[in-house]
Amino acid sequence: MAEQQIIPSYQLVAPVARQSGQPVSRCYQCHKCTAGCPVTMAMDLMPHQVVRFVQLGLEEELLKSKTIWQCAACRTCVSRCPNGIDIAAINDALKQRALAKGIQPALPEVAAFHQAFLASVKSKGRVHELGMIIAFKMKTGTYFQDVPLGLNMFRRGKLRLLPEGLKNKARFRALWQGEKGGQA
Amino acid sequence: MKLSYYPGCSLHSTAAEFSASTEAVFKTLGVELQELDDWCCCGATSGHSLNSYLSHALPLHNLVLAEAAGNDLLVPCAACYNSLKATQAFMAGGSQEARELNRQAGQILGREYRGEVRVRHVVDMLADARLQALLDGKAKKSLAGLPLAAYYGCLLTRPPKVASFEANPEQPRLMDRLLARCGATPVGWTHKNECCGASLAIPQPQLVEQLVGKIVAAARYAGAAAIVTACPLCQTNLDSRQPAGAEPLPVFFITEIIGLALGLDAAPWLKKHLVDPLPLLRQQGLLVAS
Repeated sequence: MAEQQIIPSYQLVAPVARQSGQPVSRCYQCHKCTAGCPVTMAMDLMPHQVVRFVQLGLEEELLKSKTIWQCAACRTCVSRCPNGIDIAAINDALKQRALAKGIQPALPEVAAFHQAFLASVKSKGRVHELGMIIAFKMKTGTYFQDVPLGLNMFRRGKLRLLPEGLKNKARFRALWQGEKGGQA
Repeated sequence: MKLSYYPGCSLHSTAAEFSASTEAVFKTLGVELQELDDWCCCGATSGHSLNSYLSHALPLHNLVLAEAAGNDLLVPCAACYNSLKATQAFMAGGSQEARELNRQAGQILGREYRGEVRVRHVVDMLADARLQALLDGKAKKSLAGLPLAAYYGCLLTRPPKVASFEANPEQPRLMDRLLARCGATPVGWTHKNECCGASLAIPQPQLVEQLVGKIVAAARYAGAAAIVTACPLCQTNLDSRQPAGAEPLPVFFITEIIGLALGLDAAPWLKKHLVDPLPLLRQQGLLVAS
């Protein structure tokens, strides 16, 4: 089988380095990140490949990958990287790039969770776990997933019925909107 | 001693017993905790995943409140702790974005961040020499003979440069030492800082069951009778998603164990757990039958 030809382009290095704050060009592919990553079994690109793909400019493959959404942000990669590269931060930059370009997340349920979480924070200033989980279920249609667990937690008083709010709502809203905020 | 206290969203809900036991332990040690007035969510994983601005603006809100209050800031939640430390590192970096964010915080919050507040995780604080002395003086019960696996998870030690208060972030020791100080036997084991999957538990419960299964199996293999955590999400995942087939291990918060050693009434905290820890504690004679 013929191998796919890749014409390297450096166009992705600068924007991803800026957005993630990571020195992506330092990577020399030692694979230590992939060796320690706890969720490679669910990834379609290995962590070291994420960095290599950024260096090669393979943007479409990255933005459509499961990996950028699968990353659990455990930071084992950056803890062990000889070049101090935080791949979780690169994945964050790539997730935000994918959403900004209107690319459908390869793991829509993970994206829906993050969106439901932030929507909950936005409306009250603090997460209302029960409300956030209900919003997530409405969005993803996973109505019956974890229902016995949820009831068990509710019985033990672990899920508050009503959300808590902040006293100074105007101040929180101003901070949320900021000057560059509001993408979420 | 007086500390500002940032419980975070989980400690007001799914991990209410972590907050209750933290407050009780510090009160017993004579340390006054003053909850930050009008704190907001730190943004957690979802914040840095989807919105770089919010991932620093939200923690900065709380850092500025803490600086105005003037004391060190005590944080039990590992995720909140990590967000606050990440934002402190971001601000200390002095980039143009950081300066801009601070200027904006000054306008909105009426006060800029100065980089003066010290953020302390509960484990870091309890391992402090002053608190150790207080603990030694007030301990009432020994947990002798109780083999426990100290589970650190991710966010207390990683990234090491930003978050860790351990001498060796790959081999954290402080919780083990606290357990030993309470008389318990901390087991040596392989998974003390492997990831439990954290917030992926909601969108991907099967994946988290797989990760939790490995962690619990490793603790059991090392001979632990229970696992001890210092993170609300680790506790929830380990407490709720152990695979069927073996007797589940109870999962404590570190402050609950210290509360037991101090002779506090732990029953109201422990009743909230999904894996019932009461039989183990009765068997060890650590709980007055209630």
